[in-house]
Amino acid sequence: MKISSFLVPLIILGVLGWGLWKKTDIFSAFCEGAADSLKLALGLLPTLCFLMLGIGMFRASGAAEALCAALAPVCEKIGLPPECLPLALLRPVSGSGALGVLGEILEGSGPDSFAGRVASVMMGSTETTFYTVAVYFGAAKIKGSRRAVIAALAGDLAAVLLSPLAVRLIIG
Amino acid sequence: MIGYLLFFMIFASAVFSIITENVTSLCDAAVASGQNAVELCLSIAGAMAVWGGVMRVAEVSGLTEKLTKILSPMLSKIFRGIDKNSYTLQKIAMNVSANLLGLGNAATPLGISAMKSLAEEEKTNLATKNMTLLMVLNSCSVQIIPTTVAALRQAAGSRSPMEILPCVLIVSLCSLAIAMAAAEILYIGGRREN
Repeated sequence: MKISSFLVPLIILGVLGWGLWKKTDIFSAFCEGAADSLKLALGLLPTLCFLMLGIGMFRASGAAEALCAALAPVCEKIGLPPECLPLALLRPVSGSGALGVLGEILEGSGPDSFAGRVASVMMGSTETTFYTVAVYFGAAKIKGSRRAVIAALAGDLAAVLLSPLAVRLIIG
Repeated sequence: MIGYLLFFMIFASAVFSIITENVTSLCDAAVASGQNAVELCLSIAGAMAVWGGVMRVAEVSGLTEKLTKILSPMLSKIFRGIDKNSYTLQKIAMNVSANLLGLGNAATPLGISAMKSLAEEEKTNLATKNMTLLMVLNSCSVQIIPTTVAALRQAAGSRSPMEILPCVLIVSLCSLAIAMAAAEILYIGGRREN
């Protein structure tokens, strides 16, 4: 567990050191990259506003809780915390939607709770599958994406089922 | 599509809160939602910027190229039937290394151009097994450090935002293996075998 705390500073040190050794202008490269990422993050904001309106109201009305309670027996069977089910369902469809749901779970259950950890692992180990298929096959004008969608969704399902297992085994 | 989903969620919330006589908290949530969105965005923006900066240094200094060279032999075993010295394999390797380092911006155009050259090399615009494999490599989100998630955890007051790192890596590798196995199975006896 402590290894992961070392990993981040080590990677930063390694990358910057390598850059200097290779005589790269690390300062301007860093700033360019940071500027691009900031633009990307701010670009998410309009979507997030609408999403948080829906998600926030859904949670405040008590509807989210009722839905979780109704789905709890199914989740229990597969070992998934019920709070994480909306995330699992939304993840392949909408990246920013999933980000909003993850934010809500982390606020609601706490980031170091079992549900918070499982939700984090789930979010980190999956992608917005439908968007990815649409972008890659669409841009390259490839037809017949049915099998690609099935294979990618099989991966998503595996990630959803394995996340609680991995959290139990590794973090405990 | 997402518009309908959100409208349905808001509609359901309104109905539900009237039934449970909980309208005040619904109103509060609606008013606060914009602020929550900005907070959520800002809480990840900083971390994304720092990571984007570090990874741009990796890109400019040729570190991603090094990673590409390391990955190429492994990838040539996965993508069978492609010329080993072709640009296609190199593009795939560049796409995968960009993903590993969390360079989403760079990974997508590289992946699309890899997909295009796969289509050219396999002379078809119907999805082949290799194209499906490339898709799956991108949809399983194998990255060394899940920065966005870690930033969100940090913002929510986690004692150890990075503790999920080994879990994320293991789960994404396992799900990648399963998705790749699914692709292999789906193309058994299928069209255009390679």
